[in-house]
Amino acid sequence: MKPEGQALVQAKDLAMVFDVSAPWLNRVLERKPRTLLHAVDGVSFEIQKGKTLALVGESGCGKSTVAKLLVGLYEPTRGHLTYDGLDAHAIFKTPAGLKLRSRIQMIFQDPYASLNPRWRVEAIVGEPLIEHGLVTEPEALKERVAQLLTSVGLSALDMAKYPHQFSGGQRQRISIARALATNPEFLVCDEPTSALDVSVQAQVLNIMKDLQRDLGLTYLFISHNLAVVRHVSDDVGVMYLGRLVELADKESLFANPRHPYTRMLLDAIPKMHDTGQARTPVIGEVPNPLNPPTGCAFHPRCLHANQRCREVRPELHEFQGIKIACHAVEEGRI
Amino acid sequence: MSLLEVKNLVVEFPGRHGTLRALDDISFSIAPGEILGVVGESGAGKSLTGAAIIGLLEAPGRIASGEIWLEGGRIDNLDFEAMRHIRGKRIGAIFQDPLTSLNPLYTVGRQLTETIRAHLPVSAREARERAISLLNDTGIPGAQARIDHYPHQFSGGMRQRVVIALALAAEPKLIVADEPTTALDVSIQAQIINLLKTVCKQHGAAVMLITHDMGVIAETCDRVAVLYAGRIAEIGPVHEVINHPAHPYTAGLMAAIPDMTQDRARLHQIDGAMPRLNAIPAGCAFNPRCDRVFGKCKEVRPSLMQAQVTQAACWLNEVAA
Amino acid sequence: MQIKQWLVRLGNSDVGYSFRTSPVAMAAATIAFICIFCAVFANWVAPHNPFDLSTLELSEARLPPSWDPLGSAKFLLGTDDQGRDILSALMYGARISLAVGFASVALSVLVGVTLGLLSGFLGGWVDSFLMRLCDVMLSFPAILVALLIAGVGRALFPNAQDGLALVVLIVSITLTGWVQYARTVRGSTLVERNKEYVQAARVTGVSKLRIMRRHVLPNVMGPVLVLATIQVATAIIIEATLSFLGVGAPPTSPSLGTLIRVGNDYLFSGEWWITVFPGMMLVTISLSVNLLGDWLRDALNPRLR
Repeated sequence: MKPEGQALVQAKDLAMVFDVSAPWLNRVLERKPRTLLHAVDGVSFEIQKGKTLALVGESGCGKSTVAKLLVGLYEPTRGHLTYDGLDAHAIFKTPAGLKLRSRIQMIFQDPYASLNPRWRVEAIVGEPLIEHGLVTEPEALKERVAQLLTSVGLSALDMAKYPHQFSGGQRQRISIARALATNPEFLVCDEPTSALDVSVQAQVLNIMKDLQRDLGLTYLFISHNLAVVRHVSDDVGVMYLGRLVELADKESLFANPRHPYTRMLLDAIPKMHDTGQARTPVIGEVPNPLNPPTGCAFHPRCLHANQRCREVRPELHEFQGIKIACHAVEEGRI
Repeated sequence: MSLLEVKNLVVEFPGRHGTLRALDDISFSIAPGEILGVVGESGAGKSLTGAAIIGLLEAPGRIASGEIWLEGGRIDNLDFEAMRHIRGKRIGAIFQDPLTSLNPLYTVGRQLTETIRAHLPVSAREARERAISLLNDTGIPGAQARIDHYPHQFSGGMRQRVVIALALAAEPKLIVADEPTTALDVSIQAQIINLLKTVCKQHGAAVMLITHDMGVIAETCDRVAVLYAGRIAEIGPVHEVINHPAHPYTAGLMAAIPDMTQDRARLHQIDGAMPRLNAIPAGCAFNPRCDRVFGKCKEVRPSLMQAQVTQAACWLNEVAA
Repeated sequence: MQIKQWLVRLGNSDVGYSFRTSPVAMAAATIAFICIFCAVFANWVAPHNPFDLSTLELSEARLPPSWDPLGSAKFLLGTDDQGRDILSALMYGARISLAVGFASVALSVLVGVTLGLLSGFLGGWVDSFLMRLCDVMLSFPAILVALLIAGVGRALFPNAQDGLALVVLIVSITLTGWVQYARTVRGSTLVERNKEYVQAARVTGVSKLRIMRRHVLPNVMGPVLVLATIQVATAIIIEATLSFLGVGAPPTSPSLGTLIRVGNDYLFSGEWWITVFPGMMLVTISLSVNLLGDWLRDALNPRLR
């Protein structure tokens, strides 16, 4: 990946630790230690303006938490998020944070829970406009909402309806319209099509691509579906138990996956068309995030693990044009 | 003789605003030991098909007409008691959420032996041995010890294996699996799909696999039925349906699925959405969205007719007389 | 025109349909409506004014109901020891009972919903404190609290007897009644808080207070409506109990409970109507409101639709 000037979004060593300990009384009586969940454990990446970075991984890998860190829903316990050269989380706490929030927006996974069931579509899509003081006259508001709805393929008349009158795919479009209300530059999409049927997913993904091209948007696309990721992304980051294990451009990752976990993931996906490739067997399951393995988190499931893998945690390093966190790859064993 | 035969099944939901036809004249069969996939988008009726066969349609839904034959005997018109004997003994079921499929208050072993002894005349000791061997078959390590564990002590993938063992416990001839891998991680999905195939072949059970994931279907099934708006759009051998679909909906569906092997600028999209049950168009249910529609499609509903290898409900396949 | 349109839409909605097809709901609603109507318009509906001392005559005291040979057609349900018409007293009494019932429920809802929202949304020590407060309030029976407050009230304001009595009633019923609303709303708030539409509002930068008020509140009010309906009945009964015990509505503006107490003294001398009819009225109102609440709960439950 060649950086062209400063990236729009830069995450450096982001970490998020949740305290999931039992209540104080229980801990004292049962002599239990504090339990900490390292949902995100030192994640660094960059996204260039106008590009799409996809983060993939299975449950417990922390990709949703990264999404929430990027939009300011959580504050990182460690690390920095730099947006357009600004320290994002520092600014979120100040009044200027509102302006910054208008530049970063989010699209959520569940089309049924992401729209307030008691509000009409006009109010839902118009809320960011009112909140940021972008439009004040009711007539102008209606016009802008109509414009946003038509840009995602819905009709202006839909603004008078309630969310339950729409299908899943249409609701997701309303979410997109709402996210675009403040003319953001950066959209974080947390599994936006995972809850949708295949044919509807195709519609929504096409719209998102069109909008990116027309409005110059930058996306962070979270998904567990590698086929979808292949379709939408420019760069791909693979996460496992809160860490980035491989970060590469799309072509390199799919043509030549290096990290054993990436290979396992790509292999495991049920494929419609037989590719004729031999499959490596999938061993074991994702370990409990509360009790991650020592050293490299993947070592219990890795065929290439050696003693160093069990003791020393691999860091994300540059390697032949991509970034990878794997001792075996760096040592040339794979 | 086929193991399961469904003839002209119609499932209706009488309601306030009129009766909704959720399944409209569905017919298919499953041969012994075969794995049939039932695929469709949400609202197409695939879960209802499974529920109708097991006899677990939720009121007010009911079978309005049609017949379901299992091993030469009708089962759709049986009363609750008779159906209860069939369930478990001759038809096993696997549902989507392994968390709620198992009773959290009983050990896994107790649930297995309870099912075994309810349907087979064996002693407690024999039942326990059978249970252990089932757990071994489904790939649970240390079955001897784990048989006395509670469901919450298993991980998600392990639980689904236990559910599969439970479904096979009474040696049923048919297993209805409703989205068995949807709630699981990708890497576990692969393991469970493999398991389902091998263990069912091993025990001689046929499987009706209901899912929306074509990849899972492609890897597991022998034949597949594609449902649309409560009707079968196409049915046939799996690789034929995927690679040479004879129904425009199937073709559109296959083209809309993002493919791992190639890069496409735009995904093919089928405009519009599946019609609601109270607004199914006349003629072919797919006609408003079809790019190859012609006159007859809007008037007469097509029945399943033979295409090249598969059978499709589409007038394009009508052999000119 | 607007109201008519709205009523038509309501009638055609799922809730309206459920109402139209439920004979119990319609009967309960009719009875409750009649009682409330009589209570509100007692001045015009009641045949006599039992509290206008100038119309009372001791010679007409303790007359049995009109169908009894000793009764008089002038007093349909008989009279009490002062010559007051029971039927009219029922209506005026119901007015007090219903007023106290609705007022205390309204106040309970206000306090309970606010505290529940704050507790669920803000979490942390606010949540812990408020929930412990709930636990403490729940361990006091409503009657005891009312007696305590009544006693304190009388001690503090020995002169303002009667006007204060109703205020004391309302406050004491509210003090124990708000807890269930707070708990219910807190539970619903905890659920809604994690929903994505709330997160979307936070990402947009909407303030916490606005999110609570405009996003979460409309979505947690459903169960509150059902609870409130049923609690009206409970409040009326608590008020009746308190009045019966003598710490509620005074005899000069008696509620149904006071009437029952007054009549209780005459029960064993054979003048049953003085206590029985207020009792029946009380039961009728509570029952119909309770049934309405039950129906409403089932009608609003989306799973049962």
